[in-house]
Amino acid sequence: MSGTFTKSMARNIFYGGSVFFALLFLALSFDTMKELPKRDNRANLTEAVINGKKLWEVNNCIGCHSLLGEGAYFAPELGNVYPRRGPEFIKAWIQAQPTGAPGRRQMPNFGFTDKELDDLVEFLKYSSEINTANWPPNIEG
Amino acid sequence: MQYKSQAVAKPYFIAAIALFTGQILFGLIMGLQYVIGDFLFPYIPFNVARMVHTNLLIVWLLFGFMGAAYYMIPEECETELFSPKLALAMFWIFLVAGALTIVGYLTVPYATLAKLTGNDILATMGREFLEQPLLTKIGIVVVALAFLFNLTMTMLKGRKTSISLVLMLGLWGLAIFFLFSFYNPHNLVLDKFFWWWVVHLWVEGVWELILGALLAFVLIKVTGVDREVIEKWLYVIITLTLITGIIGTGHHYFWIGTPEYWQWWGSIFSALEPIPFFAMTVFAFNMVNRRRRDHPNKAATLWALGTGVMSFLGAGVWGFLHTLAPVNYYTHGTQVTAAHGHMAFYGAYAMVVLCIISYAMPILRGRAANSNKAQVMEMWSFWLMTVAMVFITLFLTAAGILQVWLQRFSDTPISFMAAQDQISLFYWMREWAGVMFLVGLLVYIASFFVKGETKAAA
Repeated sequence: MSGTFTKSMARNIFYGGSVFFALLFLALSFDTMKELPKRDNRANLTEAVINGKKLWEVNNCIGCHSLLGEGAYFAPELGNVYPRRGPEFIKAWIQAQPTGAPGRRQMPNFGFTDKELDDLVEFLKYSSEINTANWPPNIEG
Repeated sequence: MQYKSQAVAKPYFIAAIALFTGQILFGLIMGLQYVIGDFLFPYIPFNVARMVHTNLLIVWLLFGFMGAAYYMIPEECETELFSPKLALAMFWIFLVAGALTIVGYLTVPYATLAKLTGNDILATMGREFLEQPLLTKIGIVVVALAFLFNLTMTMLKGRKTSISLVLMLGLWGLAIFFLFSFYNPHNLVLDKFFWWWVVHLWVEGVWELILGALLAFVLIKVTGVDREVIEKWLYVIITLTLITGIIGTGHHYFWIGTPEYWQWWGSIFSALEPIPFFAMTVFAFNMVNRRRRDHPNKAATLWALGTGVMSFLGAGVWGFLHTLAPVNYYTHGTQVTAAHGHMAFYGAYAMVVLCIISYAMPILRGRAANSNKAQVMEMWSFWLMTVAMVFITLFLTAAGILQVWLQRFSDTPISFMAAQDQISLFYWMREWAGVMFLVGLLVYIASFFVKGETKAAA
């Protein structure tokens, strides 16, 4: 860095550049908000889905599983578990936990009611219908 | 110590190291659960261990940042802290709130904790890294505001340097972006979109300002290079950080329901994100080479150089590895992500906090630097932890590549759990590298108790 490039020039570029790119980011985010209704499956946000999402959250499912690739990587991706396994399998599986198989990863039993199981499945169905640009690459998640 | 009130930093640093130790212990538990699935089940299920591991990381880094700010701002501003009492009160509030939260995670089922702490009033829990109960989140905001008030008042009555300005900008940004953690829409895509405004704009945005300021401060102190030069570098680095990192948020918007143009914006800008980290490495080495004094604290200099290199490798190189959309299509949400996360957090944030602790702690204890014996021990811990982290990252990367191959790339993909079984060897090796990290951490802690001849602080 030569003597002609001073600290105050660097500071001005910092403020100018940061503000410019922050505004650009806001503009892109604004456009995203306009585009989302076409992609995010909001038409299917029923009471059951909303309750299912809450159950997903208060049981910290994201602490082991991923959803649309985000979360923990200890247990399978669930963004596409609905088409992978189907509703009946999912419910039966959740109820059968923990397997107790020695040495295997264990999932707790959360003691869900039948309605709660239905709501969770509805949430997973809704999640699987979000337009994720063809991710994941295959049904295994 | 130039100003009496800098002493409030000490409890913050001690708490940071204690919580860091907790983080590593829970990391080892999780690492073992990866290969012995039912280890400690049902007492500590994986999700609980992970919550403790990641939340302790965040909290100890926040303790570190706060301690650093309380130490640096009086010295930079050449005035006593506005209110040392407030700083100490906030320390205890934050520590107790943090401890209660962790105890809550470990003793009560998460759903019960949610019910007990008002999640029905405003649902914010159960999202990765933002698992804290509503009360804890509010506590974090209160502590952050009191902390920022205290420091801003200190700055207003004193000298205003670029380093303190950048530090305060980063800390204000940290508090402001945390507010998005209170926004949890029912719409999953919106939820994820704004969740990243906390997570990404923290670690690949405003936290880097804090990182830059801490590093610049230590470099001025240990090298004696002219402030004008160092602060100019600081501005250049954080400019590069924000012009790449803000739009770089787009690399999280590839596959979560957001428009596909983010694949272009995200790929291009985040491909540039290694540049500021590279600049930081060059900066650290350049300043140390041009040093005008030989500061007796060699360990702090080592951490300063180390954080430059390791943040470049962890955040820069390992980030680039999977940031291009066509690559990320296969690696998204695999052990490749975990590999990057580990080295990036260690290299950029853990190491810079350990760097400022290494510089400030001896002075807070009344000496310019620790004894040679203590420093040698600290440098051993540097190498043990850093090499261990390199191995953790390499093993997780190998696991991730195999996972992608078996589960995602193959013509005959196998299921998640079948793939996990195939790669367990790498999880075992990661666990042993984790044990090495713990040994390094224990050596680090022990180095604080090593006596020997020291010089009094200037």
